[in-house]
Amino acid sequence: MPDQNELKPVLQLQNLTKKFVKPLDFAGKIAQKLGSNLRDEVVHAVDNVSLTVNKGEVVSLVGESGCGKSTLGRMVAGILPQTSGDIFYEGQNVANQSSEDARRTALKIQMIFQDPFASLNPRLRVKDILGEAPLYHKLVSSSGLDAYLDDVMLRCGLDPDFKQRYPHQFSGGQRQRIGIARALAVQPDFIVCDEAVAALDVSIQAQVLNLFMQLRAELDLTYLFISHDLGVVEHISDRIVIMYLGRVVETADTDELFSRANHPYTQALLREIPRLETRHSDFTPIEGEIPSPLDPPNGCHFHPRCPFATDRCRTEIPTLKEISPGHHSACHLNESN
Amino acid sequence: MSSSSPTLQVENLQTQFFTKAGVVTAVDDVSFTVNRGEVLGLVGESGSGKTVTGFSILGLVDHPGKVTGGKILFNGEDLTTYSENQYRAIRGSRISMVFQDPMMTLNPVLRVDTQMVEAIRAHEKISKADALVRARDALGQVGIPSPDERLKSYPHQFSGGMRQRVAFAIALLNKPDLIIADEPTTALDVTIQAQILFETQKLCRETGTSLVWITHDLTVVAGLADNICVMYAGKVVETGKIDDVLDDPKHPYTEGLIGSVPSRNKRGQPLTQIPGMTPSLLNLPKGCPFQKRCQYAAPQCEVSPKITKCEDGRLVRCHRVEEAMAHA
Repeated sequence: MPDQNELKPVLQLQNLTKKFVKPLDFAGKIAQKLGSNLRDEVVHAVDNVSLTVNKGEVVSLVGESGCGKSTLGRMVAGILPQTSGDIFYEGQNVANQSSEDARRTALKIQMIFQDPFASLNPRLRVKDILGEAPLYHKLVSSSGLDAYLDDVMLRCGLDPDFKQRYPHQFSGGQRQRIGIARALAVQPDFIVCDEAVAALDVSIQAQVLNLFMQLRAELDLTYLFISHDLGVVEHISDRIVIMYLGRVVETADTDELFSRANHPYTQALLREIPRLETRHSDFTPIEGEIPSPLDPPNGCHFHPRCPFATDRCRTEIPTLKEISPGHHSACHLNESN
Repeated sequence: MSSSSPTLQVENLQTQFFTKAGVVTAVDDVSFTVNRGEVLGLVGESGSGKTVTGFSILGLVDHPGKVTGGKILFNGEDLTTYSENQYRAIRGSRISMVFQDPMMTLNPVLRVDTQMVEAIRAHEKISKADALVRARDALGQVGIPSPDERLKSYPHQFSGGMRQRVAFAIALLNKPDLIIADEPTTALDVTIQAQILFETQKLCRETGTSLVWITHDLTVVAGLADNICVMYAGKVVETGKIDDVLDDPKHPYTEGLIGSVPSRNKRGQPLTQIPGMTPSLLNLPKGCPFQKRCQYAAPQCEVSPKITKCEDGRLVRCHRVEEAMAHA
């Protein structure tokens, strides 16, 4: 971890919220006019999330499907507009930037997607997939493009001779490398990886994880690493943010979180990581499933599955409080004792 | 059924696909044994032949594929000699299968009760009402809340984890001797995966059902299985007791796989990676299929290694082990 940069935040999110609204259809609107209590369906995919990522850090965003981690990543990468709240990149509010600055910020934050089969245009050759953006943004002249792409491809462990090929001619691991090369081709500082290794075989996953760490050291990159796989997250990250149903429930440094998890949800998650060292185990799962975000429970979202839930948890939303230096948790139980 | 014979004994199984590009040997000389109530983890990466092995046992290999050699002894009877009708009689009753994606395996236009009653009545003369009771019990058994109401639901009304439970419930309906589960938790969240593993483990212990759990994830198998069978390019490279294999892998591929798994001991350090990628089954290197990626590769690897039995009873397909045993 680069210590001298520790206090230099690159990305700050303040009360970031994303709602997806499904408006009533025609029949619904008529029914509403006639006095029925039908309303638009609203999903709070991301609910008031504040987060800081420092220069050179790897911050992981962990949660089950439907917890809003991908939506958050997409807002950071500028693919989805937020409903409310602010994103600051290097101290500047992204929403208030001039179009020139906004474009520069957009280039500096790049994203790598989960499915290397869906995220590459099947009708473009690799050289076009990788070369289109740097050429358009004038990062490289068209005469220098070939040499530039060779360099990027080598860095990502791809043979530059493959430039003329189409994505279907590559295996899953190589396609993911193309996805990484595409992100790196515009010389970003900040990379959002959305489940970037989830679709890969174990041995290929190890290769890609090693590549991520190597690129980080070479290019001084900062990662927001979105994943549901705590084994991978423990390996790669400096700090971990646990999300549940749109809210951050706990955030701490990796060592701290794995040794002293505070929130009951985090504790349950950690208990359930399958590990090589656990043999013939007796699985003790947490009860229930993640509730529908269309109709989330009141108070603490986790209370229906929480073994320690009290009356207060059913009514009042817990706020994220610092329980030890750098370790935040949103749980009422921390205050009762 | 004699109690002494193992539930499933696969001997030198070979399955080939006769494609236009050539003959692909997807499963090559695969042997393993599953005893009553035991869990076998069948581990390998994409293209290693683990799924085709599962399909071969159930007689589900389609044209242009064919089981071309070996024996599949199920309770002592060789399934490779079975006709399609004989297979139909045991499929879903004595052996059942659970697949990765329950949305693809459940019929989306039929209610769950219809599908379950059908599966029972296909194998047994039993009244609809009795079948319904059994279906409800099976749903309860896999931990689905309010099974009476859920019987009336369509597959799309269940969440992913619940749908996979329904698939398990259907597999259990006729109290099979063997369940083959093909990556059943790969698409699920950790908490849901733990719930399914919990229910499966409980059921195997209670009913004595044997289980073949096909997966690419060593960590899942570590907690669940009694024995493990590691496949690479259609061949079994190492098989033995889970503790022996994971604590002291003998085959370089198993060693590489274990090194690739991120764990707390390796935090921040580069993972040991296996260089290169799985070779195409159409042009495998001569000799050991792993030699191109193997850190110990030697000229002798040009010749196919034989299976060697180690002193702890595990079987390994590697020249290095063969030599070590010869010297010992």
